[in-house]
Amino acid sequence: MSHALPEIVVIGGSAGSFPVVSKLIEQLPETFSFALILVMHRQKSGLSEMDKVLSLNKYTKVIEPNDKDQIVPNQIYLAPQNYHLLVENDRTFSLDYSETIHYSRPSIDPTFESVADVYGQQAVGLLLSGSNTDGARGLAHLVQMGGKAFIQDPSLSEFSIMPLTGLKQVPEATLINPSEIINCLFSL
Amino acid sequence: MNEWIDILPEQIDDIIQLIREQYGYDFGDYSRASFTRRVKHCMQAASVKTIYDLQHHLLNEPSFFNWFLQTLTVNVTEMFRDPLFYKALRETVIPRLASYPIIKIWHAGCATGEEVFSMAILLKEAGLLERTRIYATDLNPANLEKARKGIMPLNAMKEYTANYIRSGGMEEFSSYYEAKRDHVILDSSLLKNVLFSQHNLVTDQVFNEFQLICCRNVLIYFNKTLQNRVLHLFYDSLVPLGYMALGMKESLLFMDVRPKFDSIKDDAKIFRRKN
Ligand SMILES: C[S@@+](CC[C@H](N)C(=O)[O-])C[C@H]1O[C@@H](n2cnc3c(N)ncnc32)[C@H](O)[C@@H]1O
Repeated sequence: MSHALPEIVVIGGSAGSFPVVSKLIEQLPETFSFALILVMHRQKSGLSEMDKVLSLNKYTKVIEPNDKDQIVPNQIYLAPQNYHLLVENDRTFSLDYSETIHYSRPSIDPTFESVADVYGQQAVGLLLSGSNTDGARGLAHLVQMGGKAFIQDPSLSEFSIMPLTGLKQVPEATLINPSEIINCLFSL
Repeated sequence: MNEWIDILPEQIDDIIQLIREQYGYDFGDYSRASFTRRVKHCMQAASVKTIYDLQHHLLNEPSFFNWFLQTLTVNVTEMFRDPLFYKALRETVIPRLASYPIIKIWHAGCATGEEVFSMAILLKEAGLLERTRIYATDLNPANLEKARKGIMPLNAMKEYTANYIRSGGMEEFSSYYEAKRDHVILDSSLLKNVLFSQHNLVTDQVFNEFQLICCRNVLIYFNKTLQNRVLHLFYDSLVPLGYMALGMKESLLFMDVRPKFDSIKDDAKIFRRKN
């Protein structure tokens, strides 16, 4: 068991995850020691509820990073619409406009995977509700690289396919009750 | 589901070196995260299991390399992608271009041409197409081949039509193409003044002078060093007060050319070369 605090927390969610993420963002304290990345499946065009996420926290504005922006702690990043979000060794973001994965762009897998490659043990991944199989493969890689995995308890998820697929591919992940997420992130 | 392929960073270096020495393409300053993903993508697509096998194919089979190059670059594109960008072009940039007797535009990294087709439509609607020359370049010859034909999948038209309308288009979008069974062919008169040719932003130089350069979603595949170099190339290829358009998530913030450009429209990433 490592006592190092995570440097980065990545949360992936699809259908049914919006309320969980909103709640979490609202509850985030003024300071926290990690960078938080949100990868949410979003409507392809037009304004979506995701835009509301951007102003949910009273201390920290959620930002949609530009290409090659530096990743810093105490920031909340939302993967921009229509790009996959990757991270580089020098802890900057890279955006990628390649093919959709699991019908999604952003897709959760590539972010989990590249975060795992760069941050290794310092990474935490959390997979939420969704009716799609995105995220499981990336979460498995994150664990393989020494990171820590959490999955929203399927029985407490509005849509259970995504957490169930995650659980199948990452049996060592810890199941988590949505209302416990905030406590859990701060007691790692 | 695809199998997981593990590649070490040193192995990516080896592949880059092999391609540089054998074929003259330099991917050394590409963004590592996406380049590595693309190499894996190619290996999966060709069922190449190990990096040694990949090296073997690349060394011994030039035809494999051609396929590899075509698959390595990210070729995704759309017509009127980001309608707000095209709206800004219509309202802010194109009227200013009208004052030049001959308008010269460069699309760098044009992929299969959809962005060029969109630009040609804007120019036509502004009555400027006849006196415009569009230079559309890309690294990937297969993309250029497709672009010249002006062929696009029929099932993309619904979305392109919606994009076009959101960009402020007032015409019947379907009047710009002819629908066949499962694809459409762009009205060839739109491409009369378009020249598609190969140009590698890594190694090739300034080749003309332009009033507008569009390079969208290409720089994201480069690291900061190469981004900087390419932005200098664009600066040198622009007339004073010429325009430069980047992708919606690209910024000049950390680039040393930044003081040489004004931002014309922040949310559409349109810049203008200072005098
Ligand atoms: C994602 S596409 C962008 C297409 C279009 N500009 C858009 O935004 O829809 C990226 C293109 O950049 C091209 N490209 C990559 N490296 C290049 C280089 N060194 N020089 C020129 N083009 C390059 C690729 O071949 C590909 O067609």
